[in-house]
Amino acid sequence: MKLKLKIWKQKNAAAKGRFETYDLDGVAPEMSFVEMLALLNQTLIQQGREPVAFDHDCHEGICGSCGMYINGYPHGPVKGLTTCLLSMRHFKDGETIVIEPWRAKPFPVVKDLIVDRSALDKIQVAGGFISVSAGAAPEANALPVRKHNSDLAFDSAVCIGCGACVAACKNASAMLFVSAKISQYALLPQGRPEAKERVRAMIAEMDKQGFGSCSNTGACESQCPKQIKLFNIARLNREYYKAL
Amino acid sequence: MNKILFSAVSKKFVMALAGLFLLLFLPVHLGINLMLLKSDPEPFNSAAHFMATFPLIKVVEVLLFLTILIHITYGIFLQIQNWLSRPVGYKVRNKSETGAFSRFMIWTGGSVLIFLVIHFFNFYFIKLGLVEGDPENFYSVAWQLFSIPGYAILYWICFLLLGFHLYHALQSAFQTLGLSNEFWKPVIRAISLIYAIAVPVGFAIIPLVIWLF
Ligand code: HEM
Ligand code: SF4
Ligand code: FES
Repeated sequence: MKLKLKIWKQKNAAAKGRFETYDLDGVAPEMSFVEMLALLNQTLIQQGREPVAFDHDCHEGICGSCGMYINGYPHGPVKGLTTCLLSMRHFKDGETIVIEPWRAKPFPVVKDLIVDRSALDKIQVAGGFISVSAGAAPEANALPVRKHNSDLAFDSAVCIGCGACVAACKNASAMLFVSAKISQYALLPQGRPEAKERVRAMIAEMDKQGFGSCSNTGACESQCPKQIKLFNIARLNREYYKAL
Repeated sequence: MNKILFSAVSKKFVMALAGLFLLLFLPVHLGINLMLLKSDPEPFNSAAHFMATFPLIKVVEVLLFLTILIHITYGIFLQIQNWLSRPVGYKVRNKSETGAFSRFMIWTGGSVLIFLVIHFFNFYFIKLGLVEGDPENFYSVAWQLFSIPGYAILYWICFLLLGFHLYHALQSAFQTLGLSNEFWKPVIRAISLIYAIAVPVGFAIIPLVIWLF
């Protein structure tokens, strides 16, 4: 496969960026999008040109670092996949692919396609934890949990903090991320004692970081690689009102 | 405490409550307007007179102005904040799937606002004595306005845009108030669709009937 790549290049947060066009040959359809970019960089290095900076780590959809905005879609056009799991067979030979970094005020560009997502970490640090001293794991059946709740809690706990929800949202809102983090605790007995402080602190930090508000458009849900559902945001709102 | 009262989530809560009040008011307004279709001006005029003078309605009127004001101010304020949250945009248009009309709320809402200004000028200002006209005969004021083709067309366009606003508005308000989940979401969506068609169509048939008959 032959591709034309238009990629955002930016030296650092302060520099003015621009798009650079690259022609890449020899892309195999079974490569992942991240492997395709690695091939591009290998080619560039061999030619003595500067490689493209992009984030990636696990290559199995669990670390959340490989986010990029591909042809108008965060993590590319296929639903439920991270960029590292997106296969090149979803693209056509000769296609032009435009790749941009996540765009949001709280996500400044570090270099090229890499953005600083620590704003999400700060929200998590503000309240996304349970403050009990961790001893040995307790007996699993000591604390009964309704099956329905444990399923929902698990479904929200799979959020990998990639920021695609923010990137997809017209308001650069982090509500889907926060709702996933709130839900994973709110639905389980261990999370209840600190539920009020948690939701207050996390929402306050979300505002402080400069994320937008929620217009309930659903763009986040459609682009989330872990398919976190929009009704988590309704739960987040409920939890917040209960904490007033 | 201030942090909580003025957080983005609280602002949307207030906005949704104000919006829901407006959603309740619209069918009442429509019910009165439909009396315009009678050839006898008396029922409409006495309803308008009742709305203008009955003390309890006065309270509702103040509430109504307050909710409109809050809804619009918060709507515009949040929208500006939302725009500021993405100072550098994308080159390729965002193709993420969204709910119908949800991305254009500020524009559909803004059109409704323009209509409201015209509406106040045409009716409310007469009541206040700022504009010439007979406040006891809104029936003939309305008939006169609707017989101007340009006004009727503007009216239809505004109600079409209002319908777009309402379709997302109702669902969104439920979600904002935390009253939605996987089970209720399709039900709420269906109710929104019915409401967003029935109310604007109800308003829009009045000039049509006046034109045709
Ligand atoms: C009869 C008139 C109106 C009704 C019944 C109405 C109703 C609503 C409701 C129920 C919502 C949902 C709130 C939520 O998302 O939780 C909403 C959203 C919105 N309304 Fe209105 N509205 C009206 C007029 C206006 C006007 C005049 C504006 C002027 C700018 C406006 C601007 C907005 C905006 C920007 C949103 C979206 C808020 C967001 O995305 O966060 N609306 N409306
Ligand atoms: S909610 Fe989904 S899109 Fe948002 S950070 Fe979590 S995994 Fe990524
Ligand atoms: S590299 Fe870890 S999720 Fe893609």
